Amino acid sequence: MAEILVYVDHVDGAVRKPTLELLTLARRIGEPVAVHLGAGADTAAPVLAEHGAVKVLTADAPEFAEYLVAPKVDALQAAYDAVSPAAVLVPSSAEGKEIAARLAVRIGSGIITDAVDLEAGDEGPVATQSVFAASFTTKSRVSKGTPVITVKPNSAAPEAAPAAGTVEQLAVTVADSSKGTKIVSRTPRESTGRPELTEAAIVVSGGRGVNGAENFPVIEALADSLGAAVGASRAAVDAGWYPHTNQVGQTGKSVSPQLYIAAGISGAIQHRAGMQTSKTIVAINKDSEAPIFDLVDYGVVGDLFDVVPALTEEVKARKG
Amino acid sequence: MSLRIVVCVKYVPDATGDRHFAEDLTVDRDDVDGLLSELDEYAVEQALQIKEAADDAEITVLTVGPEDASDALRKALSMGADKAVHVDDDDLHGTDALGTSLVLAKAIEHTGYDLVVCGMASTDGTMGVLPALLAERLGVPQVTQLSEVSVEGGTVKGRRDGDTATEQLEASLPAVVSVTDQSGEARYPSFKGIMAAKKKPVEELDLDDLEIDADEVGLEGAWTKVDEAAERPARTAGTIVKDEGEGGKQLAEFLAGQKFI
Ligand SMILES: Cc1cc2nc3c(=O)[nH]c(=O)nc-3n(C[C@H](O)[C@H](O)[C@H](O)COP(=O)(O)OP(=O)(O)OC[C@H]3O[C@@H](n4cnc5c(N)ncnc54)[C@H](O)[C@@H]3O)c2cc1C
Ligand SMILES: Nc1ncnc2c1ncn2[C@@H]1O[C@H](COP(=O)(O)O)[C@@H](O)[C@H]1O
Repeated sequence: MAEILVYVDHVDGAVRKPTLELLTLARRIGEPVAVHLGAGADTAAPVLAEHGAVKVLTADAPEFAEYLVAPKVDALQAAYDAVSPAAVLVPSSAEGKEIAARLAVRIGSGIITDAVDLEAGDEGPVATQSVFAASFTTKSRVSKGTPVITVKPNSAAPEAAPAAGTVEQLAVTVADSSKGTKIVSRTPRESTGRPELTEAAIVVSGGRGVNGAENFPVIEALADSLGAAVGASRAAVDAGWYPHTNQVGQTGKSVSPQLYIAAGISGAIQHRAGMQTSKTIVAINKDSEAPIFDLVDYGVVGDLFDVVPALTEEVKARKG
Repeated sequence: MSLRIVVCVKYVPDATGDRHFAEDLTVDRDDVDGLLSELDEYAVEQALQIKEAADDAEITVLTVGPEDASDALRKALSMGADKAVHVDDDDLHGTDALGTSLVLAKAIEHTGYDLVVCGMASTDGTMGVLPALLAERLGVPQVTQLSEVSVEGGTVKGRRDGDTATEQLEASLPAVVSVTDQSGEARYPSFKGIMAAKKKPVEELDLDDLEIDADEVGLEGAWTKVDEAAERPARTAGTIVKDEGEGGKQLAEFLAGQKFI
């Protein structure tokens, strides 16, 4: 059976959920071979094997942390040369897309980004994409070369499918030309203890209606009662009320949770672009004409400062 | 020596319009007004600021797109760019990301450059891959997704706010950078700028000028193929209640019914 390269997104060996989703999708089109770069392969390998990786190719080199993107492309290309896969799958993060793009040029292949589903087809894997702020769904495929496809988080439910997961060292030489952009310093983001925005099953977002950084705890309290991640509209981020890393929308994160709750958000097209594919959508807004209500499964027209705390209390009471 | 800056700008259908696909499954550009991609205004702005900080610099704005794409160039020129290059050829219709990067790379080399500045993503395709593709094709450093950028004595520096960390980056010119919408509001063209733009030179290029074979680009030459495009069914109308004091409870009831609590 054809092998499918899956690029592993991890933090020191802790495999992030989108990679497990990729392994699940990869099994639909072939046998997943995971590529793990950097530290922690020993921690990652059993998890990757559990989710279907027949092999785990691993390489660690100081250059991965010293220079931007290109050294990782060298390594992925080495894996590509070693395996001759039928497709290469990469998680759709900003960096993932850049790695995938450069690999595509090198191996002379087409690239599809931000797939939300993947299935086998007569002429190679068929990717489903959600375009124009999720108002259209397209099905595409790579017609030249080995398909390189990046896949968005929450595109599949990770499934256990134990496989060998044999760890093999990958010989990687980082080219001088890949050492062009130096990472002078790196400040890891502090963990909030809440779920990762793009991976969360529930997201609670606040917008301009939250009316000040000092009021965001109202949103956070609801999020915490539900075990949810916190999001924000660009208006709230631009006002300095919440960090940009939490922005949902075209120029922020794109989320597709089971449940999305928008409080004090009008529902501009650029915001919708980042949340419209959520399974269930709920909004709280005092303006009954707000466009967000066109999207909702359930909407409450009212003041978020009344509705959200009441909801939080009710959730806590029900959860006991 | 003058710092040669090339800014890549895309002409896109207005995101607030009713965007859809043409019969050949390419983006329909006829029914929705086009404009300079808002995210590329940030690229023009940063290029202008880099120029203002430099002793001597010249900004060329570059687009690959249909005839109307000249509107995007005019806007960038009226913001303050010095000259423009427009690659337009009937054979370019339907070109995908890999093809576009090939054409842009050739046009950038044709123009001559020390620094290429791109937006973080186009507002229609929203791939966010062109800058990386260009760096790979041009064989120069990629300094992308910057929320802050500066150029000093042949070195470009910037801050990249990634998913898990903030990184300070540095590279020698020539290089390709891309800037995010966190890099600072773009200026509005002044009346003087709009008048001046009318006299600024726009160089028109076609595939022959760039020595690109027609079969490397366009719908036929594309590396990817769209087989289907379907409008997402409108969401079925949800329940909307007015809060009369019970809104929070009612919402909790709904969430419990959906097994979220
Ligand atoms: C290129 C580009 C990219 C963009 N990218 C993004 C993006 O990634 N993400 C994003 O979100 N936006 C983005 N935007 C901005 C977008 O167009 C909107 O301006 C933004 O989403 C508005 O945020 P908002 O809904 O919070 O604010 P508003 O549109 O001002 O809406 C606030 C809402 O809160 C309601 N409200 C006020 N007070 C209360 C209260 N007490 N209780 C209940 N409701 C209340 C109001 O009725 C109103 O509907 C982008 C724009 C551009 C041009
Ligand atoms: N046709 C084009 N002409 C000029 N620049 C472009 C074109 N397409 C994309 N770009 C540049 O590449 C960036 C990223 O685009 P994309 O990868 O398509 O999301 C944009 O912000 C532009 O700076």
